Amino acid sequence: MSKSRIEKRFADLKAEGRAAFVPYVMAGDPDAETALAILKGLPAAGADLIEVGFPFSDPMAEGPPIQRAAQRALSKGMTLKATLGAIAAFRAADADTPVILMGYMNPLVTWGVEAFARDAAAAGVDGLIIVDCPPEEADPLADALDAHDISLIRLATPTTDDARLQVVVRRTSGFVYYVSVAGVTGVKEADAAAVAPHVERVRKASGLPVAVGFGIKTPERAEAVARVADAVVVGSALVDEVAEAVELNEDVTGRVLSKVGALAKAVRLARRVPA
Amino acid sequence: MNAPTRPNDYAAYPDARGRFGDYGGQYVPETLMPLVHDLDAAYAAAKADAAFQAELAGFLSHYVGRPSPLYFAARLTEHFGGAKIYLKREELNHTGSHKINNCMGQILLAMRMGKTRIIAETGAGQHGVATATVCARFGLPCVVYMGAVDVERQKPHVFRMNLLGAEVRPVTSGSATLKDAMNEALRDWVTNVHDTYYLIGSAAGMHPYPVMVRDFQSIIGREVREQILEVEGRLPDALVACVGGGSNAIGMFHPFLNDEGVKIFGVEAAGSGMDSGRHAAAINGGRPGVLHGNMTYLLQDREGQIEEAHSISAGLDYPGIGPEHAWLHDVGRATYLTATDAEALDAFMLLSKLEGILPAIESSHALARLPEITREVGKGGVVVLNLSGRGDKDVNTVAAHLGRTI
Repeated sequence: MSKSRIEKRFADLKAEGRAAFVPYVMAGDPDAETALAILKGLPAAGADLIEVGFPFSDPMAEGPPIQRAAQRALSKGMTLKATLGAIAAFRAADADTPVILMGYMNPLVTWGVEAFARDAAAAGVDGLIIVDCPPEEADPLADALDAHDISLIRLATPTTDDARLQVVVRRTSGFVYYVSVAGVTGVKEADAAAVAPHVERVRKASGLPVAVGFGIKTPERAEAVARVADAVVVGSALVDEVAEAVELNEDVTGRVLSKVGALAKAVRLARRVPA
Repeated sequence: MNAPTRPNDYAAYPDARGRFGDYGGQYVPETLMPLVHDLDAAYAAAKADAAFQAELAGFLSHYVGRPSPLYFAARLTEHFGGAKIYLKREELNHTGSHKINNCMGQILLAMRMGKTRIIAETGAGQHGVATATVCARFGLPCVVYMGAVDVERQKPHVFRMNLLGAEVRPVTSGSATLKDAMNEALRDWVTNVHDTYYLIGSAAGMHPYPVMVRDFQSIIGREVREQILEVEGRLPDALVACVGGGSNAIGMFHPFLNDEGVKIFGVEAAGSGMDSGRHAAAINGGRPGVLHGNMTYLLQDREGQIEEAHSISAGLDYPGIGPEHAWLHDVGRATYLTATDAEALDAFMLLSKLEGILPAIESSHALARLPEITREVGKGGVVVLNLSGRGDKDVNTVAAHLGRTI
C-alpha cells in the first residue's frame, strides 16, 4: 500500500508531464497544534508529496534554519511518537499524499527499528530518509521497513561517483533524493544546470524518479530545478517562514502555506516550458 | 544487548566494517561516505608503510619528546599502602598532554593524502592546541571548532591556539559544548569535501577514527610495556586511565588487552554524582545509541535525544565514549568506574602535594580511584596510571572550587 502511494503519485505526475513539489516541515514546529494545521493544509496549497522532519538534538547535516526548527520543536516537547500521531491525524483526512519521514538514526534505535517500522506503517508513513544511515549500516532498518512496505529513500550527492551510486541505489524504492550541493541544508544555492546531468545519472542507475533538494529557496530556483528533476524539495526556506512568523507574531500557518503555494505554482509552471 | 563472548585476539578488532562487536560503524551522511572510505584506505596504506612509520617515529622522539618517562610514585604508593604506583608521564609531552601523539600521526596522514586545510573540534582545548601546534609546524591552515561555553571557560587555550595561527570558531548551536563543536566540524567537512581533513581528537566518531586514534595513541601502552618489563621484570597487575571519549585510555590499554592477567580500569566522570543526573559517565549512566558516526554508549533521554554531559573537566565533558571501550565493557575485559568532581579535586591536591606534579583535572579522575585499585591489587603488586595531561591549565578551575581568586 505505502510504496504504491509514492509510485502512484509519481506515475500520475509523469502523465501530467510535471515535477512534484515536496515541502519539508518539522514536526512540532513551532508547536504541535500549529504544525498539524500546516501539515493538513499542505496538499491544498500544492504539495504533491510531504517530507516531515522529526526533531533530533544533534542534526549534523542540517544548517542553522533546520537546527533551530528542531530546537523549537524539542523545546515544546515534540517526540517521535507524537510525530507519528500527527501523521496518523493527517492520514485520516488524506489517503493519497505520500508522507516521507526524515531525521536521524538515534531516536529509531531507541524505539527499536522493527517496532518503529510497524508503528510508522500504521500511522500512514510511506517512506523514510535517515540522514546518518548510509547503505553500509542500513540492512537492519531496510529489513524492518520492507516487512511493512515502507520505502527507504536513499541519498545521492555530488561526492557519489558511478561506482558508489551502484551501492547507494541497491535496495532502494520510491524515489532517490539527490542532494544538490556538498554541504548542510539551506546554505549553498543549488544550480539547476549543474544538477541536471547528475539527475540523469541517478535516474539511469536507479530506474526511479529523482528528487532534488538542499539549497532551493526561491520560486525561480524551484522552477529551474523542476525542469530537470522529478521532484523539488524545499525545507529550510519553509522553516525560516515559521521562525519569522513566530518572531513577528504573525499567522504561522497562513504564512507557511502561502510560501508553499508560491513554490508549488512555480514547479507547476515549469512543465509549460518545452524541455 | 546479549552479553557477547570474549574474543581470542583483541588486536583483530575492529572488523572490516569498523565494528567492535555491536559498536562502531559509519553512521554518516552520504556526502561523507566516499571521504571516510578514502581515509580508511589511506590510513591502511600509511600504517603498512615503513617510511611513514619512520617519519612519525622521528617526530615523536624529536618534536614531541618521546618516550615519556614511567615514574615510580614512591610517596603516593606509601600514602595508599597498597600496590606500587607508576605514573606514565604523558603530561611531559610537548603541549602538555597525550593529544599530540594522535595529532602528529594524523597530520602526516593528511599531508600524505594531499589535504591542504585542517579542521578539529575541542572541548577543554587540549586537542585544539595540539592540532594548532602540528598545523603551525607543517604550515597548514587550521580551524578549531569550540563550544561557546568552553571558549568562555578556557580562554587561555583559545589565546594559545590563536598564537599558533589557528582560527577558533565558537559554536553556539545546541548546548554550545564539545558535542556541538563536533557537529559543527562535521558540517564544515561535509561542505568542504575536497581540500579539508577532519582531525578528530578522540578514539570516537566514525570508522576509521576510533582505530586510527587508538593506533596512534598505542605508543603509550607499548612504551609502558617495555618500561615496566625493564624496571619490574614483569607486566603490571592493573592499568588505570580516565575516560571521556577515551583516547588516552585505549592508547594505554590496547597493547595489554590480550594479557588477561592485566586488569584494566577506566574511570568516567561522575560530575556532581551519578544520582544527581549531572555527570559524563556514558557507560555507567547511559545506553547504546548512534551519535557522531558510531554506535556506542550515550547519555540520552527516553526519546533518544542526546543529553548534555556535566563534569568539572571539560576534557571529559562528552555524552559518548569510544566504541572500543563500549565493547570492552560489554565483554568484561575492562571495568569502568566513576569519580566525582569533588573526588577528582581531592586527587588533584594530593598528587600536587605528595609528588610535586600538577595533574590535569581529567587525569585526576583516574587518580581518584587509586585507593580502591591499589588495595585490590595489594602490596607487592604493580599499578600503572596514565597521567594523560598536566594541570597548569586547570589552576583557575581548582582555585574557584577552593574559593580562591588568583
